[in-house]
Amino acid sequence: NMALRELASLEKYLGLKKPNKYSTQGDKKVPVLQNNNAPPLVGLVTIACHLVKEAKRPELLGDGAEGRAVVQQWLEYRVTKLDSHIEDTKSILKDLNLYMQDKVYLAGNQLTLADVLMYYGIHSIILDLAVQEKEQYVNVARWFDHIQHHPGVRHHLPPVVVLRNRLYTSRHH
Amino acid sequence: MELFVSEGNPHCLKVLAALEVTGVQCGVQFLNHEGKVVPFLPRPAVPTLFLPSGQHLFSSNTICRYLFELNGPESSDQCNQWLEWEATILQPALLRALHLAVLQGKGSEVPKVLQGPLNVLDQSLAKGSMAYLTGEAVSVADVVLWGALHPVLSVSSLELTKAWFDRVAAVRGCQSAAQKVLQGKGLEAMKSYMQKQPAPQSRDTQPCNSSPAEVSRTVSEEEMEAAALTWSKDLNACSYPAEKQHPVMPQEGNRNVLITSALPYVNNVPHLGNIIGCVLSADVFSRYGQLRGWNVLFVCGTDEYGTATENKAREEGLTPQQICDKYHAVHSSIYKWFQIDFDFFGRTTTEKQTEIAQDIFWRLHKNGFLVEDTVEQLRCENCQRFLADRFVEGMCPYCSYPEARGDQCDKCGRLINAVELREPQCKVCRQTPEIRSSKHLFLDLPKLETQLENWLERSTSSGDWTANAKQITRSWLRDGLKPRCITRDLQWGTPVPHPDFKEKVFYVWFDAPIGYLSITANYTNEWEKWWKNPHQVELYNFMAKDNVPFHSVVFPCSLLGAQDNYTLVSHLIATEYLNYEDTKFSKSRGVGVFGDMAKDTGIPSDVWRFYLLYVRPEGQDSAFSWADMALKNNSELLNNLGNFINRGGMFVTKFFGGCVPAMELQQEDKKLLAVVGWELQQYIQLMDKVKIRDALKHILNISRHGNQYIQVNEPWKKIKGGESERQRAGTVTGVSVNIACLLSVMLLPYMPAVSQTIRDQLNAPQTCINTMLQGPGTFVCALRAGHRIGTVSPLFQKLEADQIEALKKRFGGQQITASTQPAAVPAPPVVAEVKVVDGSDPEKAKQLAEAVAEQVRSLKAEKAIITAEVSKLLDLKKQLALAEGKSPEPAPQKGKKK
Repeated sequence: NMALRELASLEKYLGLKKPNKYSTQGDKKVPVLQNNNAPPLVGLVTIACHLVKEAKRPELLGDGAEGRAVVQQWLEYRVTKLDSHIEDTKSILKDLNLYMQDKVYLAGNQLTLADVLMYYGIHSIILDLAVQEKEQYVNVARWFDHIQHHPGVRHHLPPVVVLRNRLYTSRHH
Repeated sequence: MELFVSEGNPHCLKVLAALEVTGVQCGVQFLNHEGKVVPFLPRPAVPTLFLPSGQHLFSSNTICRYLFELNGPESSDQCNQWLEWEATILQPALLRALHLAVLQGKGSEVPKVLQGPLNVLDQSLAKGSMAYLTGEAVSVADVVLWGALHPVLSVSSLELTKAWFDRVAAVRGCQSAAQKVLQGKGLEAMKSYMQKQPAPQSRDTQPCNSSPAEVSRTVSEEEMEAAALTWSKDLNACSYPAEKQHPVMPQEGNRNVLITSALPYVNNVPHLGNIIGCVLSADVFSRYGQLRGWNVLFVCGTDEYGTATENKAREEGLTPQQICDKYHAVHSSIYKWFQIDFDFFGRTTTEKQTEIAQDIFWRLHKNGFLVEDTVEQLRCENCQRFLADRFVEGMCPYCSYPEARGDQCDKCGRLINAVELREPQCKVCRQTPEIRSSKHLFLDLPKLETQLENWLERSTSSGDWTANAKQITRSWLRDGLKPRCITRDLQWGTPVPHPDFKEKVFYVWFDAPIGYLSITANYTNEWEKWWKNPHQVELYNFMAKDNVPFHSVVFPCSLLGAQDNYTLVSHLIATEYLNYEDTKFSKSRGVGVFGDMAKDTGIPSDVWRFYLLYVRPEGQDSAFSWADMALKNNSELLNNLGNFINRGGMFVTKFFGGCVPAMELQQEDKKLLAVVGWELQQYIQLMDKVKIRDALKHILNISRHGNQYIQVNEPWKKIKGGESERQRAGTVTGVSVNIACLLSVMLLPYMPAVSQTIRDQLNAPQTCINTMLQGPGTFVCALRAGHRIGTVSPLFQKLEADQIEALKKRFGGQQITASTQPAAVPAPPVVAEVKVVDGSDPEKAKQLAEAVAEQVRSLKAEKAIITAEVSKLLDLKKQLALAEGKSPEPAPQKGKKK
């Protein structure tokens, strides 16, 4: 299950020592966090935010009410748009590419949970892109490369080569 | 802070309620649905909250949470959980429910659709026994869920949910928010909003490629008796018209079906993907339509105008007309080999094309749907032509990167308008192009949008549009239509008749679909009886999905604007893509099978057709694989279908002297007739909906049932027994050859030659063809006792592993990307089957290693050629993109070879 692998990687990134127990629910295999002394938590974003709080890394959820809202905005985008397959991937990449034009991270000026989960979610799409397409979405590719090289983030996913020397620059003609 | 909302949008209801409940001070602006607020989202995103920092929040739950957090504590895990549940679980169900209730008038089905999520809500309320979802006070979760459910929950039978719902409704601010958004009009208020939403996904998109599961249906007594009754009916007296009478014209009282397949571009030899995407699918449906007794006209032709033809002509040192003549003949002969039975296969470079295109143009002009605008373009005086973006290079105006392309800078990634480039160069001759402003005409699509939407709503709800066709169309409308340039500064095209625009031709996208009309006009002078007759004619367009917007939006707009009672598309059938061994077809890389090479493989045209239709990318992408083709030929055609048909015929010949024996139907036989009848019904239902691949499955099911029937009854043993046993052998044999006769009819659209061969071998009357597919399906005993059959011989040949390996090598189908192919391509069975054919894995690895090395060599060799010509260069770029994009890490084999 992809969501569970994501959560396991997130736990490692957060440096949580003892792994939590998970199960899944329903056709969509929604992750469930089993809690010993509290009701279970359901949903990828909900659990991820909970883990961040547990690890005492509030900066990963954004700064102040506004910063937090922007992080939540992209987390929601991840589980609704990216995971639902209602939108086609092209239009998602188009949106993100435009948004990323003047940004290093999805929200604010540092890495947040939004970057991490978006990276996990978009990995298979980026892996599938042809070099030319990666260039078409150059801002997304740049952001993606940046996040996958962020220490400790990548974990369960293979690295994707996004930028290469181009073989067809004008030197050849 | 500013909040943008619109009427009739259920998400705005949540946000306004949150605003009122929290009392946050914020300006509110009502927009129509087209309002574009968020700069990086091309689609209208409402509600949107402008934050003081200049950022945007563009989804309702995030906005609500933010409003609550402004004056209160951070939302709890429980709140977050409800919000996530609402967005990911409840919303998709709500979308389906609203779609049914608002657009289809099926409000009664809403409770069923929402049952699952509402039960979750009700149970949670029962467990918590609190006033609100997360405690004794209203939280953001309550407001969001209330707002989401408001339009549909007035009639819930779940008591706790209802009580909670009413409690939230009583919170100050909620009702007034609902009033603002729905205006007291209830569901009706959401109609315009819902029309712009993507259709809820249908859940029956399972691929049917895997061998059909043997679902043992229980057959009732009534079904058996009904099947036996049908069996005893006579064949239709009127005989199947052996030859169509041309020209085919619409007939009063008949179903008149006009079929087009997307016009193939003339300068390319079509590959298998092209063939299955358009002409072959359309051919199957056209043949099927005739079997159903419809009055069918099937037209197609080559699309011949445009830059690509001009370039190809320059390359080959011919005139564009010569290029078109040459390749039109190539296309023609390929389709002939594939037995594509066009009623007419024409071309777009004809007098009629000019006449009809110019007529439509003048009508659009007269009706005020053309607008004029000036376009600045770079022109190379040396090459004597205007340069397309990809033919210019220069310095990026933003970052001064010297090799920026005409559309984008590779260094800073910014989009560039070609005329903004500093020191621009023509990529062909390296001269400096000049900026010329040139007047062009645009089709005013925004002005036609309302008309288009009204027509689309009718056509997509009454016709059979594939899911991808509807989805692509909707996404175009959602992005909003813009005027589209219909003229170009080229020579090779239909001339624009307007005196202010002489020297210009029509842009191909405007011109090409008019080809359907002009090709029909070249077939018959009375072409208008097909094309200006929407009440009598149903139009089916077949294409691959990349062609959808031109057929669903742009071309219909041309015809609607021309206002001449044109026949618009009723059924738009779009396939997904067919890949080649999990990579893509590439002419220049020599990868894949192209139409002209298929016959050189020695594999019969009918087998090609069968396999392409078996893997038809219906509903999702699929892949052509040699190993899979061999497997399907050997298992489905040879062992299943061919074996069954051959056995029945052989028994008649060997045991009964070539005459069909007497048949005494017992329960078991009637049961088989009922099962076969049911499969036939499924086949007809699916084919009527153009589910060509799914229908094929039912043909193969019938022969599977038949084989089982023979296996259980063992006529070859019973024939040696006593009188009653011999009679039993006779009945089983007779039923079997009659099923073979039915199969020949069902196969006709797929494998026309094999179908005829079967009837020849069985000496079957031609009248069986137009009997069996009548109504819901009529399986009659066409070969009565005493009927003399012809000479029976095997229908299919085995494809051997070494033969297939040789073909695979020859057509470059090396699976260079197989090692890193992500799970996105649904082809695990292919991998498994490769093993079946190949035997051992080390051998496979060796082949792969060789293949990779070969690939590298060919890429290098090509690179040398490519320096010569830019067009080829661009092609290589695509190939490299593919070759590299799919194998991000050097594969181990590759490493060793270096």
